[in-house]
Amino acid sequence: MAKIGGDSLNSWHGHSELKRVPEGVWMRCDGCSATLFRKQVDQNDKVCPECNHHFPVTAVERINQLLDQDTYEDWFSNLQPADPLQFDDRRPYPERVKAEQERTGLNEAALVGQGFIKGIRIVFGITDSNFIMGSMGSVVGEKLTRAVEAATRQKLPLVIVSGSGGGARMHEGIFSLMQMAKISTALGRYRREGGLFISVLTHPTMGGVAASFASLGDIIVAEPKALVGFAGPRVIEQTVRVQLPQGFQTSEFLLEHGFIDRIVHRRDLRSMIAQLIDYAMP
Amino acid sequence: MPSFSEQRLPFEAPIYEMELRLGEMETQYAKNRAVGDTSKIGEQIRRLRRELAALKREIYSQLDSWQTVQVSRHQQRPQTRDYLDLVFEQFLELHGDRAIGDDKAIVTGLAHLDDMKVMFIGHQKGKNLAERTACHFGCAHPEGYRKALLKMRFAAKFGLPIISFIDTPGAYPGISAEERGQAAIIAESLMEMSQIRTPIVCVVIGEGGSGGALGIGIGDRLGMLEHTYYSVISPEGCASILWKGSEHAPKAAAALKFTSRDLLRFGITDEIIPEPSGGAHRDHREAASNLKSFLLRNLRELKGVPLDDLVDRRYEKYRKIGAFVESIAAAELLDEPQLNGKAETMV
Ligand SMILES: [Zn+2]
Repeated sequence: MAKIGGDSLNSWHGHSELKRVPEGVWMRCDGCSATLFRKQVDQNDKVCPECNHHFPVTAVERINQLLDQDTYEDWFSNLQPADPLQFDDRRPYPERVKAEQERTGLNEAALVGQGFIKGIRIVFGITDSNFIMGSMGSVVGEKLTRAVEAATRQKLPLVIVSGSGGGARMHEGIFSLMQMAKISTALGRYRREGGLFISVLTHPTMGGVAASFASLGDIIVAEPKALVGFAGPRVIEQTVRVQLPQGFQTSEFLLEHGFIDRIVHRRDLRSMIAQLIDYAMP
Repeated sequence: MPSFSEQRLPFEAPIYEMELRLGEMETQYAKNRAVGDTSKIGEQIRRLRRELAALKREIYSQLDSWQTVQVSRHQQRPQTRDYLDLVFEQFLELHGDRAIGDDKAIVTGLAHLDDMKVMFIGHQKGKNLAERTACHFGCAHPEGYRKALLKMRFAAKFGLPIISFIDTPGAYPGISAEERGQAAIIAESLMEMSQIRTPIVCVVIGEGGSGGALGIGIGDRLGMLEHTYYSVISPEGCASILWKGSEHAPKAAAALKFTSRDLLRFGITDEIIPEPSGGAHRDHREAASNLKSFLLRNLRELKGVPLDDLVDRRYEKYRKIGAFVESIAAAELLDEPQLNGKAETMV
C-alpha cells in the first residue's frame, strides 16, 4: 500500500505547486479584485483575507488542511486509466492522460485513502477538478467505490470532498457514465449498513459528480460560493435563452432551496467534520 | 411541419427511390389488370419487392454511429406511449409525484404484460409539436424522477417487477430543474434503484442520454433496441467541447462508441433487441413484438431469483464496470507500516 505523507506529501505538493501556479509575490483576488500578498493567502488556507473568496486548492493541499498531520495513507494509487474507446480527439487519450499526470503530479482525478481527523479514523476521498476537470473516469469510479466498500467493511465514517467541472470523462464514454451507477450502488449498501457519509462540495461540483456521490451524503456541506449543479450554466442559458439569476447554482442557492445542510468556511471545515462525526458516533 | 410529413433520413434515399418505383409499377399493374394484362409486370413487382427488402437489410445492417443517432431520433419511431398500446394489455397511468407537478416527460403506471402485473416507467418525447413541448422533448425535470421513484417504491412494496423504457436526450437543463434539485434526485434514484427489492428490466428504446437516462436506468437487465445509443454525453455536446463545434457531431458519435453493438461488446448492455428491417419506424408492430418477447423472457427469469440474491447480483453487475489498469507497483509497498495496526489489508 502506498503511503503518502510527511516528506513525500510535501515534496509532491511542492512539485505540483511549482507547475501549476505562476510564481509571483502578489496576486489579484477573483472575488474583490484586491491585490493580495500571495504568502498571506497561502497561510490563510487559500482564502482571501479581504472578502473570504475561496481560491481553489489541490487535493494534496486539502488533505493537509483537513486531516491530522501525517495520518493520510493513500490507497490504490496503482490504478491507471485504460483507453477502452481508443479515443482520439486530435490527441490520443493516453497521451492526454500522461500530460495531465505530469502537469498535476496526480495519477488521476481522485485520491482515496484513510486518515484521522481530530483523532477519529475515517475513510477519505477527494476529486481534484484540476485533472481533466475532475471528471469521472473508470479509475475515479473504481477508487471511490473501493473506498466506500472499505468504509462499509470497516464500519468507518466516510468523507468525500468533491470538485468536478463536469463529471463526464468523454474519452471513456459509457464507462464514465456507469461510474455514477457503480459508486451510487456502493453508497446504497453503505447507507443500508448504517454508515455515515459526509459530502463536502467545493467549487465546482457539476454534472455526473453532483448527480451521484456528491449529493448522497447523510450530511452535505459546501464551501461558500461554490458552483454546484447538474447542467452547466452555459448549457442552460442556451436552452432557456434567458439570463440566469444572480447567484444561480451557488452554494447559497442550494442552501436556499434545501439541497445542502450548511455552508462552511474553509477554516472551519476540519472542526465541523469532526463535530458532525462525533454526533453520529455512539 | 415535420410532425405531419414523414421524416426522411438522407442515407435512406435509395430506399425511398425504390419504394417510389415500386409504387409506380403497382399503379401500372392496377391499370393493366383493368385491361386484362398482368403477367409480366407482376413478376417485376415481386422481384423489386425482394430487392427492396434486401436493400433495407443492407443499409440497416451497417449503419454508422451518426446514422444510428438519426434513426434513434426518427420522428416516426415508436415511443413509450406507442409501446404501451402495442406491448401491454392494460395500462393504468399514475401521475402524482406528491411534491411539484406531473412531469409529462416520464410516464408511470400499472400495466399488464401477458399474465404479469408490472409497474411501468418510461420517458415520453411526444409525437407532434404540442406534445413535444409538453414533454420537453423527453427531458425530465426532478418531479419526473421523483414520480418514478415513488412508483418504484410501490412496486417493491407489492412485489411488482419494474419495466423502465429509456428514451431521452438528457435530463432537462433549466432554471427550475436546478432549483428543484436535478442533481440530487438523479443521485437518489441511482442509489435507490440499486437497492430496490424487486426485479427491474430496463430497455433503451431510442436515445440513452447520459444522467437523464441513467436516472431511470439502474436494473437487473439492460436491453437496447438495435438502432439506439446510450452515451455519457450527446454527440453534439461532445463535439462542441472537444471539436469546438456541434457540426462535428458525426465525428464525436463515432469516437464515443455508444451504439447497441458497442455496448454489447463492452458488456454494458445484456442484449440487443432486433428491429424490423429498415428500422422500428417502418413497423411499430414488429418492433413491439420483439420488445415484448425480450421483456417476458427476462422477467420470467428474474421472477424466480430470491430478492437478496437479486440485489446482490445487481450490485455485482455495476460493481464490475470500468476499464483500468492495475499495476503491482503499489502492492510492492504493502509492507509499509500501517496506521496503528488496525487497518485491514486493502488490496
Ligand atoms: Zn477578495
